[in-house]
Amino acid sequence: MKIDWAAIGSVFGVSLVFTVGLVALFTLGVSGLARREKAAAQGGSAGLAVTGAYVCFAACAAAVAYGIYLIVAKP
Amino acid sequence: MESFSLILAIVVVTALAFDFTNGFHDTANAMATTISTGALKPKIAVTMSAALNLVGAFLSVEVANTISKGLVDETGIRPEVIFAALVGAILWNLLTWLVGLPSSSSHALMGGLIGATVASAGFGAVHGDVLVTKVLLPAVAAPLVAGLASMLATRFSYGIGGKAEGEATRKGYRAGQIASAGLVSLAHGTNDAQKTMGIITLALIAGGAISPGSNPPTWVILSAGLAIALGTYIGGWRIIRTMGTGLTELEPRQGFAAQTSAATAILASSHLGFSLSTTHVVSGSVMGAGLGRKGGVVRWSTATRMAVAWVLTLPAAALVGAGAESVTDLGDWGTAVVAVFLVASSAAIWKISRREVVDHTNVVTGTEEPAGVVTTAIAAVTPPPAGTITEGLTATIASPAAAEPATPAAPPAATV
Repeated sequence: MKIDWAAIGSVFGVSLVFTVGLVALFTLGVSGLARREKAAAQGGSAGLAVTGAYVCFAACAAAVAYGIYLIVAKP
Repeated sequence: MESFSLILAIVVVTALAFDFTNGFHDTANAMATTISTGALKPKIAVTMSAALNLVGAFLSVEVANTISKGLVDETGIRPEVIFAALVGAILWNLLTWLVGLPSSSSHALMGGLIGATVASAGFGAVHGDVLVTKVLLPAVAAPLVAGLASMLATRFSYGIGGKAEGEATRKGYRAGQIASAGLVSLAHGTNDAQKTMGIITLALIAGGAISPGSNPPTWVILSAGLAIALGTYIGGWRIIRTMGTGLTELEPRQGFAAQTSAATAILASSHLGFSLSTTHVVSGSVMGAGLGRKGGVVRWSTATRMAVAWVLTLPAAALVGAGAESVTDLGDWGTAVVAVFLVASSAAIWKISRREVVDHTNVVTGTEEPAGVVTTAIAAVTPPPAGTITEGLTATIASPAAAEPATPAAPPAATV
């Protein structure tokens, strides 16, 4: 019986890194938007935070697109 | 199509029935947390999941081909064996649905196939090492991988994002959760609809209707995709409730982390050639998300019941598959007996399920409250549930018991 530890390990590592990375990015994006909300309520602006937020969301969208690509182009 | 015998037709119909149970059994995987956190209304969630399942079914035929080409020895298998396997898988799916436990539809199918093969050709026909590496090990690894990932992600998210509450935060996680749930649905469609396509193709090859090594015919792809989408749309509300609120209470942020972890683990595993069951992955990620939040609680009693169901899935489906195979072996009347038994038990299970109805109106509320109160409260905020009543009736044989529990919802709906 041959157990493919390398495959298990890589699935483990990839899932862990991607999930934590994606959720962290998205959290940053959401907190950027929340900052804008707060700033708008106080009459200020938060240009940097909003730009950062959109960069984060774009990265997440790219990750989702890559996911769809993986589904469609299954080897 | 000339050699399209009766047994072949029965196998195809049974396979589509399995696909249907597969769909409503696994709606929970993609949509349970989306529904329980309120990101999407139950009906919209299952509709979206059904549509994406259908799309997913058309995206590729790779999974179907691995089943119909090479996984099982095409020459030695008779349509009756496949029929017996499907009977085992369907009954196990319905039984676990009745008690509201998520279990792997693929394991049920494999169990049925193994049982039927053993009854037909003996224990030598089953490869024990393949069983361990392809079935048992992934079943243990999947919840661990997804659970750990979603726990860390949740912890991280609360760490860097703080406790920020507000319109933007709420909307943000809602959108994120919908997107990741959509990805899970799509991945599910490409995997599970194709398992049925593979089985039907295998049966057609075994019955001599198409030549070995051919791709699934278009009508097979279409009908399998439609069957799983319809099943998804009907919604396995019992399992959604267990998965969404029975294991742990989730905030939108945790739901997002859980779904992202599930989507990532499913895609990573299928891409790297180490297949994980969607059900196991999602259950693990939901528990992980529950553990990741400070003060989050996982109900281990529910988790234990689920684990027991997972362990039982393979042997139970195998036992039914083996029994069904030995009866079909007796001749054509044996096959007829099994078919009647399948229909009768399915009807009985459905009948029992009507004693305590779980549908989109009470899927996120507890079981403790009397049904009348719940439906009245929900009816005030959701569109009239009249549509569901008719769906419930058209989906199965109309019985007087079906109309009864739904009637309390009608008066408040009329006043809205």
